[in-house]
Amino acid sequence: MARRVLILFAHPILERSRVNRRLLDGARDLAGVTIHDLYEEYPTFAVEPAREQALLAAHDVVVLQHPFYWYSAPALLKEWLDLVLQLGWAYGPGGTALRGKLMLNAITTGGSAEAYQPDGKNRFTLRELLTPFDQTAHLCGMTYLAPFVVHGALRLDDDGDVGPHVRAYRALLTALRDDTLDLAGAARAPTLRVEAGGRP
Amino acid sequence: MTDTVLFQAFVYLCAAVVCVPVAKRLGLGAVLGYLVAGVLVGPNVLGAIGGEGKHVMHFAEFGVVLMLFVVGLELQPSLLWRLRRSILGLGGLQVAATAAVIAGAALALGVPWRAAIAIGLIMAMSSTAIVLSTLAERGQLKTSGGQAAFAVLLFQDIAVIPILAVFPLLGVAEVTAGAEAGRPAWMTALLVIGAVAGVVAAGRFVVRPAFQFLATVRLRESFIAAALLIVVAIALLMEQVGLSPALGTFVAGVVLAESEYRHELEADIEPFKGLLLGLFFISVGAQIDFPLIARDPGTIAGIVVGAMALKLLVLWAAGRLFGLDRPARWLLAFALAQVGEFAFVLIKFGTDSKIFDGAVAAPLVAAVAISMMLTPLVFVALERWVLPAVTVDTSDARPQDAVAHDDAAVVLAGHGRFGQIVARLLRSAGFRCTVLDLDPEIVDVVRRLGSKVYYGDASRIDLLHAAGCARAKLFVVAIDDAEQATAIVKTVREHFPGLPIFARARDRIHYYELRKLGVAVARRELFGSAVELATEALRALGLRGHTAHRMARRWRSHEEHALEEMAAMWARDEARTNLFARLRQALEEAERIMRDEDPRVAAGADPGWDNEAARSSRRPDEAPVEPPPP
Ligand SMILES: Cc1cc2nc3c(=O)[nH]c(=O)nc-3n(C[C@H](O)[C@H](O)[C@H](O)COP(=O)(O)O)c2cc1C
Repeated sequence: MARRVLILFAHPILERSRVNRRLLDGARDLAGVTIHDLYEEYPTFAVEPAREQALLAAHDVVVLQHPFYWYSAPALLKEWLDLVLQLGWAYGPGGTALRGKLMLNAITTGGSAEAYQPDGKNRFTLRELLTPFDQTAHLCGMTYLAPFVVHGALRLDDDGDVGPHVRAYRALLTALRDDTLDLAGAARAPTLRVEAGGRP
Repeated sequence: MTDTVLFQAFVYLCAAVVCVPVAKRLGLGAVLGYLVAGVLVGPNVLGAIGGEGKHVMHFAEFGVVLMLFVVGLELQPSLLWRLRRSILGLGGLQVAATAAVIAGAALALGVPWRAAIAIGLIMAMSSTAIVLSTLAERGQLKTSGGQAAFAVLLFQDIAVIPILAVFPLLGVAEVTAGAEAGRPAWMTALLVIGAVAGVVAAGRFVVRPAFQFLATVRLRESFIAAALLIVVAIALLMEQVGLSPALGTFVAGVVLAESEYRHELEADIEPFKGLLLGLFFISVGAQIDFPLIARDPGTIAGIVVGAMALKLLVLWAAGRLFGLDRPARWLLAFALAQVGEFAFVLIKFGTDSKIFDGAVAAPLVAAVAISMMLTPLVFVALERWVLPAVTVDTSDARPQDAVAHDDAAVVLAGHGRFGQIVARLLRSAGFRCTVLDLDPEIVDVVRRLGSKVYYGDASRIDLLHAAGCARAKLFVVAIDDAEQATAIVKTVREHFPGLPIFARARDRIHYYELRKLGVAVARRELFGSAVELATEALRALGLRGHTAHRMARRWRSHEEHALEEMAAMWARDEARTNLFARLRQALEEAERIMRDEDPRVAAGADPGWDNEAARSSRRPDEAPVEPPPP
């Protein structure tokens, strides 16, 4: 059974992106994967909840792809969550629309993997820092999977650097779509990689 | 010489010009001024007018007819509906109970029952003219007591109609003369209904199209003439069938109250009404029979004191029954204790209908006039002694939810392509606009869409008053003609200095001019849409949507700051040449800020997202990349 995958993409200044742009381009030709470019769809932040809810209803996997900004997502993605995940639709009495779906973050960070350790510069692991997303998914009855992460994004400069990450991202999206992923394992892991490509 | 029309006019106008301002200065109100003027020029004091006062009275009654027309114009059915509880309940109770109590007293004093009922109804009336202006002057109109008084007065105004219809039935049928001679009472009643229905139908199906046609001619005089023609024609018709002209014009007023020409009609009729009404009050004053009062001061004093005391008690009790708090109750009772100007009309009508004769009417007229003259004193007593004693909490002046005035928060001049958008957006947020427009076609279309819109020139002061500028929160000028817009702004600034003005500017120079005149917010008519189109163009040229939007926003705010700076300069009246130099400089600056090589546009404008700075940092691995301090 094929799952339908929705990439909610949030990058405020994609013109100057090196990593996210390539990751996204790599996913464009995948069948069964919908790309929803939030900053392009809502340049003035006027998110339309009904339209977004219909989109969510038509998919089984929600991938929040964005650069890691201040240990969180760019502003529009937060606005999107605030407006779209409504009481009685996403959670609360009668709020069952998202139940059983999968959700994960696909992020790029300036910091290295070592920095996101208890004894590293950032003091917390990414799983810890992403707990607001984890709990958001949980409250809506969704299964939250470990994040797909590209570390040290500022040091990746060209296609040669980013290529392995693009392949890994494609492999992950394909596995999600074709349901070949061990979901229990993916929910527990610190980060998600289905194919050794770049750095862990 | 004293018999010529010119001399008469001279005397009346003199009296009005001298007495009315003096009375107003003393806080006694214009009505009282006219009455006193009448007393002074009347046969008892100066004798400048004598027996012919009666003829003048006949002419002056047309003032009352006009007043009823205007009262009708102000009584929109929707306003009546909102105040229905106070009007019907409180007002109905006041009129019925007062009439019953006073009629009872008159019966006990040996007055025949027909006359007693008529006198009760007459005495139930209070003075709309005196009370409303006094309450407004004292800022008490919006208090709960003031609202109750307003509602009761409304009911009385309406009650005049059935009372006028009932009077012929109370009269002695066989002595009636003229057109209705020999007509049985039931037929008169039928005629009343038929005539009223006719007036309603005419108001609906004849008057409105006629005005629409007149509006296309755009001639002020023809409009005024038509307004007067309506009133005169109806008065004539009513007289022909033996009915009160006042009744007919009142009904016509109500019918036209919802029409888009209401403000225009009101403004046109107002000066005639004012003058003729003044004439009416003067002739009432002139007719006060001082020898009669001197002969029998006890009776007159008894009528005055008795009637006012009974009215006061009934009002107080009615207020209590309707749950008014103590200060509101006392305000209502004192404010409406006098007998009003309608009483004069009714007394005259009662005499004409032969319900009672002159011997009864003369002391009544005197008593009514005296009770009106006492009103200012009654208000002083209320203020000095009564209110302080009953007011527990001084913050009683709370506004009540049933608003007496039907005014919208926003007065909008111009409902063309620009104003329409303003009105629709405001309406979607729940704010109604009172619209003024000079184009009869626009007025017609907008009215059919269900909006409140009035035909009229927005630079006319009387029309601005009628549209409710005194109580509006905002005045929006949305007309396309720059010069006319400036003229409107000047008028509104001058007469309503506290009312903020938002205006549509034609171009930069007009913008500066408007800001200089004190317009709070001005917007160039094409600026917003041009910026939006350019933003979309940027997207079509390959820019990201959010990027184009941010760029446009930045450009716009820069542009608007520069504009404001130059407006301030313009207001200081610096050399215009200097201004043009600045203008060119600003344009260049705006262009430069858009160019890529300007670092503020490409990166500097959003330093928070600057990856390049982070990449060139010596230890990028040390996450997070320390984002540059704001
Ligand atoms: C405003 C801002 C905040 C950032 N905050 C973090 C952060 O908290 N942690 C981190 O590891 N990197 C942080 N970074 C670095 C970004 O994650 C990095 O620029 C991005 O992943 C690069 O991806 P891109 O090439 O697709 O833009 C931040 C960058 C910006 C511009």
